[in-house]
Amino acid sequence: MIPAAFDYVAPTSLDDALAALAEAGDDAKVLAGGQSLLPILRMRLNAPEKVVDLGRIEALRGVRDGGDHVAIGAMTPYAEVVGDALVREHAGLLAKAVETVADPQIRHRGTVGGALVHADPAGDVGAPVLALDATMVVVGPGGERTVPAAEFFRDLFETAVDDGELLTEIRIPKHTGWGSAYEKFVRVSHQWSIVAVAATVRVEGGSIAEARVGLTNMGSTPLRATAVEQALVGSSASGLADACAAAAEGTNPPSDLNGDADYRRHLATVLTRRAVQKAMEG
Amino acid sequence: MTRITVTVDGASYTDEVEPRMLLVHYLREVVGKVGTVVGCDTSNCGACTVHLDGRSVKSCNVLAVQADGREVTTIEGLATNGELHPMQAAFHENHALQCGYCTPGMIMQAVDLLNENPNPTEDEIRQGMEGNLCRCTGYHNIVKAVAAAAGASERSDA
Repeated sequence: MIPAAFDYVAPTSLDDALAALAEAGDDAKVLAGGQSLLPILRMRLNAPEKVVDLGRIEALRGVRDGGDHVAIGAMTPYAEVVGDALVREHAGLLAKAVETVADPQIRHRGTVGGALVHADPAGDVGAPVLALDATMVVVGPGGERTVPAAEFFRDLFETAVDDGELLTEIRIPKHTGWGSAYEKFVRVSHQWSIVAVAATVRVEGGSIAEARVGLTNMGSTPLRATAVEQALVGSSASGLADACAAAAEGTNPPSDLNGDADYRRHLATVLTRRAVQKAMEG
Repeated sequence: MTRITVTVDGASYTDEVEPRMLLVHYLREVVGKVGTVVGCDTSNCGACTVHLDGRSVKSCNVLAVQADGREVTTIEGLATNGELHPMQAAFHENHALQCGYCTPGMIMQAVDLLNENPNPTEDEIRQGMEGNLCRCTGYHNIVKAVAAAAGASERSDA
């Protein structure tokens, strides 16, 4: 399978990338790591006139300490995020979720920013970013703005990043000392999540002081299980099942060959309990 | 057309390519490295795995223009002076290929795996090879070969 012909530019600065996007208008596609875009182009589900490749913009890549947060460049590949000491220490949930994305070859190329803007509800980056209350930095012709993760995901494959704009950085508030776990349910190892649950908790004296829970593939966007988060406060390891029973509240999961919506709702409650339990252990 | 310069298995190539050309097609049809094969063509099977700047990638999921200025190693670049690479030798000795179609990708991924983790457990080998499918289902001996290659390099380090 070969993509339809397109013009290609590989700018080396953010300004040049924004200029290339402005010039191309609606007919441009942004190429990050390409691990979702290239299959889409090959299957000709999309045939843009121009592809703007961000792969030569060094400033978009890497992880830095932002003081109260960890700042991840949008073009940082999954493998670098997983191995990064800052991410592992202060945003362990993200490292654990990203480690489950696809397979090693894909993790060498695919980027966290690309995944977030692609916004596939079965992708593994959205739920942890949402649960960790990240802030997204978006740059466009009018300058830079920040978008809270809670307002970033608009619908299926739709985010707050508008035409002509680029996601440049993901800022994750430090959750130092929080336990975390990502429970992903698949039938085949490198499959997309049928359902997955991202949980991170702060434990004090054997019970949960604070909890954050994100859901993957339980609706058209990643979701927060806020009812569960509230119910978990004060819970000990033995009392999790009741608190996690509400995990599917307010969700609208898809029905497909892997399972119908009711099956996914049930899965969400089970995986939430498992994820929180593991998160309490570290 | 876009002019690219790519180092493939140690030699430099400069060519005019269409931006839509996939790296695997560039390697096979322009450079002539037919040791790298197209398997599923949907980035699932891993048969087309090569190293790009030292890390394994599925070359059906990379554009040739993205490799401009970079270094590619294919299965054809592993042997030195007619001597099989230890991973190739381990696949040979452990009967880790049946039809052989997945083998180039399996070996390239296995080499990357050991670069990252020289002493993997069996489970780590299986996890590390999860992006490579063998339609003959000959996984058992593939895992054995990777473990043997890891042991061999450990012995030679000692």
